[in-house]
This record gives sequence, structure tokens and C-alpha cells, in this order.
Amino acid sequence: MSSASSNMTSNLNAVAAATAKTPSQAPVRNSLWWDAFRRFKKNKIGVVSFWVIISYVIIAILAATGLIFPDAQVPNQAEAYSSISWAHPFGTDIFGRDILGRAVHGIVTAISIGLLASTLSLVIGLVLGAIAGYFGGKVDAFVVWLYTTVDSIPYILLIPSLTFVLGRGLINVFIAVGLTSWVTTARLVRGEFFKHKSREYVMAAHAIGAGDGRKIFGHILPNVAHLAFVQFGLGFVSAIKIEVILSYLGLGVDPSQPSWGLMIDDAKNELARPYWGNLAAATVFMFGLILSFNLFNDALREALDPKMKNK
Amino acid sequence: MVPILIGVTFLTFMLFNLFGGDPAVRFAGKHATAEQVQVIRAELGLDRSLPEQYLFFVKQIATFDYGRSWASKQLISTMITDGLGATLSLTAPAFFASIAFCIGLALFAVYGRGTMLDRGTVVVCLGLLSISSLVYILGLQYILAFKGGFFPISGWDPSWVDRWGYLVLPWIILFVLSLGPNILIYRTVIMDEAFQDYVRTARAKGLAERHVYAKHILKNAMIPIITVIVIEMPFLITGSVLIENFFGIPGLGGTLIKALNDSDFPTIKAFTVISAMTYMVFNLLADVLYSLVDPRVKLS
Repeated sequence: MSSASSNMTSNLNAVAAATAKTPSQAPVRNSLWWDAFRRFKKNKIGVVSFWVIISYVIIAILAATGLIFPDAQVPNQAEAYSSISWAHPFGTDIFGRDILGRAVHGIVTAISIGLLASTLSLVIGLVLGAIAGYFGGKVDAFVVWLYTTVDSIPYILLIPSLTFVLGRGLINVFIAVGLTSWVTTARLVRGEFFKHKSREYVMAAHAIGAGDGRKIFGHILPNVAHLAFVQFGLGFVSAIKIEVILSYLGLGVDPSQPSWGLMIDDAKNELARPYWGNLAAATVFMFGLILSFNLFNDALREALDPKMKNK
Repeated sequence: MVPILIGVTFLTFMLFNLFGGDPAVRFAGKHATAEQVQVIRAELGLDRSLPEQYLFFVKQIATFDYGRSWASKQLISTMITDGLGATLSLTAPAFFASIAFCIGLALFAVYGRGTMLDRGTVVVCLGLLSISSLVYILGLQYILAFKGGFFPISGWDPSWVDRWGYLVLPWIILFVLSLGPNILIYRTVIMDEAFQDYVRTARAKGLAERHVYAKHILKNAMIPIITVIVIEMPFLITGSVLIENFFGIPGLGGTLIKALNDSDFPTIKAFTVISAMTYMVFNLLADVLYSLVDPRVKLS
């Protein structure tokens, strides 16, 4: 008995000594997110692409507030199709507008479509996937029916039909893309909720009287949120690519708005003459943004993958 | 299958008949009088009640009789059978060539996992995916056909003997377009197999790497690969919309874009339902194949 208690005191002492020591070192935080952050920091390609994305965002904000390229939209017939110069590194277009300025303003269109459409599809996918996986039964059958239906119509038909019905314009493009691209997210989240809903931590939450809403959003959702991050990035990229194609088909943003798709559409008739400024500028700017997003997504997925832990 | 078909028809119907505004007004044009609109409405069957119109639409689908196009007045079923040949002669060769090539490359990437070979493959694929498909089409058409003169810029010959000359460049473009996504998918699928226990066993009993890859990994990876291929089959019909438009190939994609430009509702509706049905049939086929190849899977 006495030996046990002395053991205990020595243990306590050891713990006290250990805690006394720690303030001098940085506390090591061990959660899924910190692990992922540490793994992400080691991935150089991921970090570089993250900063490229941030620069795109800053340029977009500067352009949207009119601090850079304020008159990219102002036609200047006298300068139509001028060739490359310091003032116009990509030349000017048919209306004499600076192509570089148009491409920079195209970032604003692309990023806003990407953000809004992927947010919309993420919210729909998360909510539907969560309630389907959590409640099961009839709710699940309905959600599965809904996403299989949406999924069976190819996007090349569904999205043009939707924008055709809604009319063209920035808002309608993001609604059309958002309403049609939530299927994968819903399917993945549903699967995760199926797995998680009978786990011990959810049972424990149930035992202390947590309601359905609290269990879904307070307990399970944070544990499947890593999926949402990756899906958001993928949605962002595909929304931008779809916008470009829609605008080219004449179903996308309004022709008065700067858009890479509209620039490529212009280029179609200009290449033979040969004015390649529109095509080059739209491609270069789009390539930079999409590639860094693709690489960032890839790094993020690896960092968040629990199988990669301690590697 | 049936509930989903009902869902698809219902969604298409709602989209065009409820939210799309009055099709008769669109069809009659801006300067039509009220009587003209009324006549057109009766002609198109739009004066009937919505449930009646929906039942009529379902009947059209069941009998494969989609009526006539509003724009060209042709029978839609004829338009579809005419376009199918052109579309398939464009997509099928590129589709299968790409599968064979990409599986091979993905095997190499998995073989070199952890090295620059694999890393480089992934980065190049992501790079390929970062360029709009429009740019590939425009750029390759400009460089290889307009500047280089190796291929006709665009055009078509309805005869089955003379059409191939026009198709080589579209094939190349379709092939290049499919490289990025295909290699990445097959790499993931094969990589999943490469870490299984039976692979370790095969190595432990002293098999050469060549055998491990060809006889063990590839053979088992074929199960998910076949599923991916079958599910992508509808791409043979819908995957070439932009290319057909650029090269003036009179396939289904060109017809679809024309229908979208002309507000040709019946044609768009027919295309939507048919491609959805194709998608469902191939999904079902994938499930059946899966259960045939993998005895652990039982169809309920």
C-alpha cells in the first residue's frame, strides 16, 4: 500500500516536472488539422502554388476595385489590333482594348464564378449527403434518386440547358454550375456519414442528449470536413473551365464582361489574320490559375489523407 | 432504373416547359401577333394541360418517336441516327487508342512511384488539365492544319471510304484531350492495387517485377479499370460536341449546338433523354460486368 502510494507520488512528481519543463518548448499540437498543416508545409510544390493563388486573388481585388487596368473595358477604335508594345504586351483587340487588361479582369470573372459555384455546390452536396447518410431509409432513397437523376444527364447538356433557360449572365452561370455539380460531394459525404453515425463518439454525444442537428453539424461534420476542402478545390477548377466553354458557346457571361471564354471566342476568328494576343493571354492566365489550383488540391489531398500520417 | 428515367423526363420537362418561358412565344419570334402565337401553340400541342403534355412526352420516349425539329422540320429520330455514325467514327478510335496508351503509361508511373518519373507524370497530367479544351482545338487546328497544312482545316465526306482523311486531326485532338484525366484515373486505380498483400506475396516468392505487374497488378486492376471504361462509354456520344462544332462534322454534337442556338426545344429534350438513358444503360452494364469479374460482388 505504502509502496503504491509512494509510486504514485513519484509519478505525480514526474508529471509535474514534465509540465514544468514544457513552457520553455513550443507545445506540440496533435490534431488532424495540425498534422495536415505540417505535412502540407513540407510539400514545396503545394506551398508555391498556394502563394500563386494568393497573388491571383490580390490582382483580382486590385482589378475589381479599379486600382489596376481601370479602363480595360473602354473601346479605343484608333488603336484596334495594335501589335505588341510596352503599353500593350499582348496587343489590343478588335475594339482597341488592351488585351492584358482584359485578361486581368477575366481573373475577377473566373474567381467569382469559381467561388460562388463551388460554394453553392458544396453546401447542397454537404447538406444532402449528410441527411441522406445520417437518416438513411426514405430520406436516403430520395437523395440517391435525386443525385442519380442529375448525374445521368451529361453536364454538356444539363448546364447549357439550364443557362439557356435562365438566360446568360454571371449569376446564372454560377447557379447553373452550382446546381449541377454537387453530386460527387453528396455521394462522398453520404458514405462518410454512414460510417460515422454508429461510431462511439456519436453514441457518446447521443448519450449526453445531443439532438440530430447537433450530432450532424457539431460532431460528424467536422470529421468529414477534409473531404469538403478537396471537393471545393475540384469544384472551383471545373467551374472556371465550364465558364470558359459556356461563354464560348454564347451561353455564359454577358459579352460586355471580360471573360477568358469570350477572348478565346474572339481568337477563333483572329488566328488566321494572325492576331494571337487574345488566345495567348487567356491561355497563359488560365493556365497559371488552374495549374496552381490543381497542384494545390493535390498537395492538400495528400496532406489530409490519414493514410499518409507520419510519412 | 425506372424511377430515374421518370426523374430525368420530369426534370427535362420542367426545365423546358415551366422555367423556360412560353416556347410558342420564343418560336414565333419577336414580331408575331397574339393570333400567330396561338396558332403555333396549337400546332406544337402547347395548348393542352401540362400533365397531358408530360404524358405525350413520355409516350414519345417510349416509342422513340420524338416528332420533328422546330428548326429544320426534320424527324428528330432521323437526325439522331444520321448523326450517330459521324460521331462514333470520330470518338471510337480516339477513345480506345487513349485507353490502351494511358493504361500503359499509368503502369510505368506506378512502377516508378516515389521517383521523378511518377511525380513528373502527375505534374504533366495536371498541366495538361489546366488548359481549356478550346485552346487545344484552336491551337492544334491552327498549327497542324492552317500553318502546317498536314490536314484539312475542316470538312466532311458522307461516304464511309473518304471521311477518314478529315478525321485524323480531330482524333489527335481528342486523344490529347483525354491524356490528362485518363492517366490520372488509371494511375490511382493501379496504385491502389500495387500495395495489396498478394503483391507482396508475389514478390516474396521471387517473381520478377515484370510478372508482378503484368500478371498480378494489372489483372486485378482490370476490374476497376473496366468499370471506369464502361461508365465513360457515353462519352462516345457526348464527348465530341466542341470538336464537331469546330471541324464541321455533322455528328450529334454539332446538331446539339445548332439546336441550342436555334432554341429547338424538342431536339434538345430528345438529346437529353437519350444521353441520360445511354448513361443509365452503361452504368447497369458496369454493375453486371463487375459482378461477373469479381465473384465477391453480388447484385441485389
